[in-house]
Amino acid sequence: MNLTLRIWRQRGPEEPGAMTTYEVADVSPDMSFLEMLDTLNEELILRGEEPVAFDHDCREGICGACGVVINGEAHGPERTTTCQLHMRHFRDGDTIDVEPWRSAAFPVVKDLVVDRSAFDRVIGSGGYITAPTGSAPEAHATPVPKAAADTAFENAECIGCGACVAACPNGSAMLFTAAKVVHLNSLPQGGPERERRVLDMVDAMDAEGFGGCTHTGVCTTVCPKGIPLASIATLNREYLRATRKGAA
Amino acid sequence: MALATRTPTKAPTPPAPGPPRRRPTTAAGRLWHSTVGKKAVMAVSGLIMLLYLVAHMIGNLKVFFGPDEMNGYAHWLRTIGEPALHHGWFLWIMRPVLLLALVAHAVAAYQLSRRDLAARPVGYAHRGRRSSYATHTMRWGGVIIGLFVIWHILDLTTGTVNPRGQAGHPYENIVASFQTWYGNVIYIVAMLAVGLHLRHGFAGAARTLGAGGRGRERAWTLAANGLALILTCGFLSVPVGVMTGLVD
Ligand code: HEM
Ligand code: SF4
Ligand code: FES
Repeated sequence: MNLTLRIWRQRGPEEPGAMTTYEVADVSPDMSFLEMLDTLNEELILRGEEPVAFDHDCREGICGACGVVINGEAHGPERTTTCQLHMRHFRDGDTIDVEPWRSAAFPVVKDLVVDRSAFDRVIGSGGYITAPTGSAPEAHATPVPKAAADTAFENAECIGCGACVAACPNGSAMLFTAAKVVHLNSLPQGGPERERRVLDMVDAMDAEGFGGCTHTGVCTTVCPKGIPLASIATLNREYLRATRKGAA
Repeated sequence: MALATRTPTKAPTPPAPGPPRRRPTTAAGRLWHSTVGKKAVMAVSGLIMLLYLVAHMIGNLKVFFGPDEMNGYAHWLRTIGEPALHHGWFLWIMRPVLLLALVAHAVAAYQLSRRDLAARPVGYAHRGRRSSYATHTMRWGGVIIGLFVIWHILDLTTGTVNPRGQAGHPYENIVASFQTWYGNVIYIVAMLAVGLHLRHGFAGAARTLGAGGRGRERAWTLAANGLALILTCGFLSVPVGVMTGLVD
């Protein structure tokens, strides 16, 4: 396949950026989107140009490092991560636009790389449980009802990629924060911090400058892990409950 | 999820480690100062106005049973609560409640919208599917409804802009208003805006208040669509009735 790429190039956080056009030849349909970018970068390096900076780590869809916006959609046309998106979903001769996540809370570091540490600070504010560390606890010491375990697991799948924020017209981190709160608040192990967790994490989310939820629902349609919109309803319920209980 | 392993370069400054943000201590203060809580204020105030609208729409249908029934109904509204309440007091208790709901709803909508726009300062170069359709409809629709409320009060409550404007004769005033082209246009546009607003708003309010759990999303969406349709058709039946000569 031969492709035309229009990629956002920006040398640094304070530099102006622009969409820049590149041609890539002989792309195999079996390549992942990142491998296709690797091919382009090889060529750029041979030509003595600056390669396109993009984030990646596991390349198997579990770390959440790799998101970019492809043709206006976070992680591109398939519901998966950019590293797991294959070039067979594009056609020979296509022009593909590649842009970084756009959100005030995720400033561009360089080219397609954004600083997602705002998520780390939201996690740090309440995404933990109080447990003695050391030896592993006995697995059956705390019974977990099946339904709670299923809900927790479904929400624990969130890899913190930030696609939900990138797709949301309000740059809202509600789906991410909901996934984290619902994961831990569904489990008995998360019980001791149940109220403080939701209040602190919503506070942290607001403090990072993410927007609010207007129920557009795009976040779930782009989420590679299928975190459901219902998690946002649960986050809201937990928040109102904690407020009623007057947790400080 | 991948933690930020990058050493932050100079530009993306994390929030300055200044004095810790003072957290509002009362439940009301906390609600108003968080995106999740402010949205709950919008949902509750919206639902108060919605209850009023349902009663209002049903009352309006009296117009199809002639002037005596309509005018008698309008008179009866002023006797609700008698003898405990003085004549007309019920309406005067209801008005500040509705005004408060409207003001809280509009102020929260304005503040949240400002925040949402600031959270996405840079848009995507690739303009594809628009995810912000509902949000735009809510914002512009809300403004249209707000302006209509002013017009509507001047038209049928005070009679200031009504071609007839005779106190105690709502039936005749209604007919006079809907015999002008502008009266019909303003009213029809506003009622369509109300329908669209509730279609998105009602299902959103359910989620905001934590009711839209797993598997109940569809039911709330259906309920919102049904409610919006019934309200809009009910309200629109009055000008249509006058225009077709069914009511004169
Ligand atoms: C009779 C009048 C009105 C009714 C019954 C009503 C009802 C509602 C309801 C139930 C919601 C859902 C709250 C939520 O999402 O949690 C809502 C949202 C909203 N309303 Fe209203 N509203 C009215 C008037 C207005 C006015 C006058 C404005 C503008 C100043 C406005 C602007 C908004 C906005 C911006 C939203 C948020 C939309 C979103 O979630 O995307 N509304 N309204
Ligand atoms: S909720 Fe989904 S889209 Fe958002 S960060 Fe988690 S995995 Fe990514
Ligand atoms: S590189 Fe880890 S999810 Fe894509």
